[in-house]
Amino acid sequence: MREMSTIVIGFGLAVILTALPFGAVIGQWLPREGTLWLIAIAAVLQIMVHLHFFLGVGFSGKHRERLSSLLFACVLMLIMVGGTLWVMTNLYWRMM
Amino acid sequence: MIAASDAVEEQTDRETEFGFWLYLMSDAVLFSLIFVTFVVMSSNLTGGPGGADLFDIKSLAMQTALLLISSLTIALAHHATEGRHTTRAVGWLVLTCILGAGFLWLEIGELSGFVAEGAGPGRSGYLSAFFTLVGTHGLHVAAGLIWALTLIVQIVIRGIDHRLLSRLARLSLFWHFLDIVWIAVFSLVYLPEFL
Repeated sequence: MREMSTIVIGFGLAVILTALPFGAVIGQWLPREGTLWLIAIAAVLQIMVHLHFFLGVGFSGKHRERLSSLLFACVLMLIMVGGTLWVMTNLYWRMM
Repeated sequence: MIAASDAVEEQTDRETEFGFWLYLMSDAVLFSLIFVTFVVMSSNLTGGPGGADLFDIKSLAMQTALLLISSLTIALAHHATEGRHTTRAVGWLVLTCILGAGFLWLEIGELSGFVAEGAGPGRSGYLSAFFTLVGTHGLHVAAGLIWALTLIVQIVIRGIDHRLLSRLARLSLFWHFLDIVWIAVFSLVYLPEFL
């Protein structure tokens, strides 16, 4: 059973990590490059927050088998996404 | 005797939940491939409008807020069912449905607006990939909405039992998963266009 405090902390972190990239885009606080990095880092952090606080992924606890299958799915995604990008950018430069 | 059958049921529920988790992982692979297709196609505008011409940050912020708050309400609904609070559980589920329906309403409005402007999925490779990605996510949300409505009816008619708890646990996994996909959508597809 998930504790109320876990839900509240997870939601609070998710709100902060959503507001940050939106604020940076609307307010234009940083140069373009910096904002893109901020968006990427906030997205990765927020995905980890959701996985841990809402989906019960962690190194311990009763759902430990979720982490190993998630890591396996990540390996598959890296191979397919990385491979696609590699092949398609290579093709792009050859077609120039 | 009763304790033993409870233990067996709990074991079955855990296995069902893990099976559903494996489905979510395969869905994540599917989404990652649609994302990479989008990235590959993102420069193929063929003279058509790009994201910078089409997107509206207010609508995006509204959609994001609705989905984010709905992930809080579904977690609270799950929490309430585990405590066997029927009224509270139904309340949070109804709220989740309203938020999810609001998200879909805004998204459908946005996409049909693009089509009306002549920026439909047939306009360019970029727009084909965009409609595929956002449309697939929207279809998932619509499926989750139907699922949540079914569970509301089940709670109202039969109350909270073992099977319902397991179903709601899986719905909450599904819903949070969709929110994770949406984080990737607004970070990769939308926000960079406003810079």
